[in-house]
Amino acid sequence: MPSITYVHPNGDEQVIEVVPGTSVMRAAVTNGVDGIVGECGGQAMCATCHVYVRDEFLAALAPMNDDEEEMLEETAAPRDEERSRLGCQLKMGSRLESIVVDLPSMQVEE
Amino acid sequence: MGGVGAERRPDGGAPGVVIVGGGQAGIQLADSLRTEGYNGPIDVFATEAHLPYQRPPLSKDFLGTADDPSALPLRAEKFFAERDITFHRGVSVTGVDAATRLITSSAGDVLGYAALVLATGARNRQLAIDGAELEGVHYLRTLDDATALRVELERARTALVVGGGFIGLEFAASASQRGVAVTVLERGERIMGRVLSEPMSQHFSQLHGDASVAIRLGEGIARLTGVDGHVTGGVGTSGALYAADLVVVGIGVEPNVELGRMAGVGVSNGIEVDSYLRTSDPFVYAIGDCCSYPNAHTGTITRLESVQNAVDQAKVLAKTLTGQPTEYVELPWFWSQQGADKLQIAGIVDVAGDPVLRGDPACGKFSVFCFRGDHLLGVESVNNTADHLAARRILSHHLPLTVAQAADPLFDLKAYSRAA
Repeated sequence: MPSITYVHPNGDEQVIEVVPGTSVMRAAVTNGVDGIVGECGGQAMCATCHVYVRDEFLAALAPMNDDEEEMLEETAAPRDEERSRLGCQLKMGSRLESIVVDLPSMQVEE
Repeated sequence: MGGVGAERRPDGGAPGVVIVGGGQAGIQLADSLRTEGYNGPIDVFATEAHLPYQRPPLSKDFLGTADDPSALPLRAEKFFAERDITFHRGVSVTGVDAATRLITSSAGDVLGYAALVLATGARNRQLAIDGAELEGVHYLRTLDDATALRVELERARTALVVGGGFIGLEFAASASQRGVAVTVLERGERIMGRVLSEPMSQHFSQLHGDASVAIRLGEGIARLTGVDGHVTGGVGTSGALYAADLVVVGIGVEPNVELGRMAGVGVSNGIEVDSYLRTSDPFVYAIGDCCSYPNAHTGTITRLESVQNAVDQAKVLAKTLTGQPTEYVELPWFWSQQGADKLQIAGIVDVAGDPVLRGDPACGKFSVFCFRGDHLLGVESVNNTADHLAARRILSHHLPLTVAQAADPLFDLKAYSRAA
């Protein structure tokens, strides 16, 4: 089964195995990974499932659409031009058997 | 207002916050109360037997052909234990005694409150015509509704949608994508006419038409017909016959105000609250779809049915309940996914106002800036998140924008909105 590793800002790691087709946002919300909100339910409307993808997995990701591109400018934590993605747009599957993402310090402006 | 008090509960403990409703508003409030540092008791009552889940996907992705049909939870199951929140799953609040500040529940609980928050949501308006009780006649609000529809979509070949609003059209797009022949009956002159500008309404009519969804305007439903207890079609108010092995009714909602009435607080189109989300009883509050509030952007009393409204009202109320009185002034925004097209709305559109086009509808990506005179009230965008986000900033910060600027494709809206 595909696996997702979430790395918290303090270095703690959480590894979650998922069925293919599951998004990085859904797995986090379903399993209670602090640091991912997913307020809009995966519609790329809210930018509260922001993650930083580790470099070695970037090539395997589906390309970004315009919605995601624009929403990433709204993230609470700074955007990383290479590594920032919305978790709701990252679906696990044959091209993406595993992924490691760093969680930002915040998803919502304080 | 000094935050939540510390009187006694019937069980001997101090009463806390009782939240009625396990939807987006109620769950966000429970979460935000803990984030704001409230450490007293929180009890959440939720009528449905499911763990709290997100409703918006139910009329969109959930009805599609994706392989994972499970609902998206609002929070993980362990959330309630971790945050020390008592979640009364499948339990309704059946009584409120505002004088003694006690609620009673369907499970026999009698519980005192220092603050009672009504986040009771809304329910679907029901068809009251012959045949409304037939099998195969569906509404779409809950996970159970959506699950039943998903099953029926596997075998349905023709569907009749009563009501050309968001829910009906989101369903129509999903069903059509699955090869079902869909007819939508809309009583008004145009689809989504209560909430969208005319050009946007026309654009979506065309999109649905292109996707082979038949739209009948000026047509209501007179009665539904059936064989052996199952629906087989309907008769329109024009007398026209529509065959259907599945009927979806989306004719609006009614706010759940009964507990407000029991508590003796003001109720009209929703439970009436002030800009702090307080009812006329100092110990009772209301948030989300069930409340009507003074809208800082329109200057009117508004009742909204949206994720944004539920979540933001909950966050604001959590501050007020923890001793930081905060007015709710957030800009409303909303979205709808219909087939491949995403509609995003910032502000509240005046459907009778003066629409200004930005971009070309024919290319499938454009916006309608809705003015009243020279005052911008709301912006509708299709497949144009950049415009939508700029509009949110412009409206939130009350930046002046002229009709000429809105209509000029060379005017850099994003840069202008960011200059705030």
